[in-house]
Amino acid sequence: MTRAPDLASSYDLVVVGGGPAGLAAAALAARAGVSTVLFDENPGIGGQIYRGITSTPIKDRAVLGEDYWAGTALAAEATASGATIVNGATVWSLDPSRQVGVAIAGQVRMIQAQRVIVATGSLERPFPIPGWTLPGVMTAGAAQTVLKAQGLVPGGRTLLAGCGPLLWLLAAQLLRAGAAIEAILETTPRGNWLRALPHLPDFLLSPYWSKGLALLREVKGKVPVIPIERLAARGEDRLQEVDYVSHGKEHRRRADLLLLHQGVVPNVNLANAAGAVHRWNERQLCFEPVLDVDFTSTVSGIAVAGDGAGIAGGTAAAERGRLAAIAAVRALKPAVSVPDPQSVRQRLQREELGRGFLDTLYRPADAFRLPEGETIACRCEEVTSGQIRGMAAIGCEGPNQMKAFLRCGMGPCQGRLCGLTVTELIAAERRTRPGEVGYYRLRPPVKPITLAELASLPISEAERKAVER
Amino acid sequence: MFKRLGETGSAITIEIDGKAVRAQSGDTVAAAMLAAGIEHCRTTPVSGASRAPYCLMGVCFECLVTIDGVGSRQGCLVPVRDGMRIETQQGKREAGR
Repeated sequence: MTRAPDLASSYDLVVVGGGPAGLAAAALAARAGVSTVLFDENPGIGGQIYRGITSTPIKDRAVLGEDYWAGTALAAEATASGATIVNGATVWSLDPSRQVGVAIAGQVRMIQAQRVIVATGSLERPFPIPGWTLPGVMTAGAAQTVLKAQGLVPGGRTLLAGCGPLLWLLAAQLLRAGAAIEAILETTPRGNWLRALPHLPDFLLSPYWSKGLALLREVKGKVPVIPIERLAARGEDRLQEVDYVSHGKEHRRRADLLLLHQGVVPNVNLANAAGAVHRWNERQLCFEPVLDVDFTSTVSGIAVAGDGAGIAGGTAAAERGRLAAIAAVRALKPAVSVPDPQSVRQRLQREELGRGFLDTLYRPADAFRLPEGETIACRCEEVTSGQIRGMAAIGCEGPNQMKAFLRCGMGPCQGRLCGLTVTELIAAERRTRPGEVGYYRLRPPVKPITLAELASLPISEAERKAVER
Repeated sequence: MFKRLGETGSAITIEIDGKAVRAQSGDTVAAAMLAAGIEHCRTTPVSGASRAPYCLMGVCFECLVTIDGVGSRQGCLVPVRDGMRIETQQGKREAGR
């Protein structure tokens, strides 16, 4: 296993994140002779979509599905490419001069990169309902993670709630693994179907059409699907009951586990902290980095590939990683031949074809993005939606000012679980657009490091003398 | 809340709040706690409310625990090791103490 002292002080290319984009990028660049290191904070490569791809205890291929096992080739390609792949490596800093701060097993190094590809992927959109902080309420992605990596399935009364392709995929995977799901509480607003219709022709041409339909059929044959307009988790110290409103009528069910999901959004923290300009994507309701055709950000030499560049799914992520890597190789080693980017772009376009339909159909309802009253918006600092709305109403103009007033976004998650909610709440109260309100200004360290880790940085003689004088 | 589909790795023993707990190699700390039926991993610094792992992918920071004496580590990112000592965190801030 690579330790911090084993690393070189500089690499041609540093890739951050070992999901499809990072694996594809590292493989292509390393094979072209570019000195490449890939850092990933998880125990194994694969990212979230291919979580546990080299180690999963789920051997029956039908359970996770063939789309999951497509990750095997990608992982093998990266492993054999000559790239240095380091797991358990947390990148906590990236600056505009492409100095990368990484912590591995309690030791820190600063690595200089000629090019950086940020492939930090996506995270599940905040789902701020009453009681979403109770033990027993988790994300759908969390249940999928322990299924893939550890072979764990829900044991008690389990409800899934929300909308989006991942919710259906998880339901199918859990059922195939033999787990029981009591019901799926479906939050897709009915009006979305009509709005999504104009995008249907493109969707029919995309690979997601037939897969999606088969998945819906598989799940709906086995689990009741209940359309809902409101949702709340209740309980003392843990989830006990789930309240929901369906067709205007209130219902209550006992539950041990509530799995929430309403789509995924780019994980912007590292690129934002590096100074990359981000903009609001109204169709996907999230911030995404401003990128050129090679996925280079507004910071020279730093590219963002994969779902971190805007949500398009795992297969598209790999193609985006390849395009970013081709650009890096061309800049670093102009004499080396690389794959034709045009053919990669064509494959990417085909993958992206269905997004308009999926984004419009599964656009989460306002009721599940714009909470009210006592519902917690910032989980870390326990700031309520009512507090944020109140501050916005008396003149607080943006999320960074809101931090100073309420401490929202200042806890350990650094705004990952509240940033979009806070921006959208301010925009709603001030009757403006989220793009005008902006997002948290993030700064390194984007992941916590200890003083002992910082103190482990190698110090040169000149640096030591500068302090001693 | 969660159960194992089967024996997935070699059995190891970790210690959670002083009690021996069986885990499997390949577990993360958070996964081992879920599989062992331990429902809370910490209480919050603000209100003292109980929290448990939420995202299991390193972004929510709900699974913070003390591992081998180092506090506020993300349990979902740390693989278990035989003999590992894990403590749940009692978090409420007490100003002036």
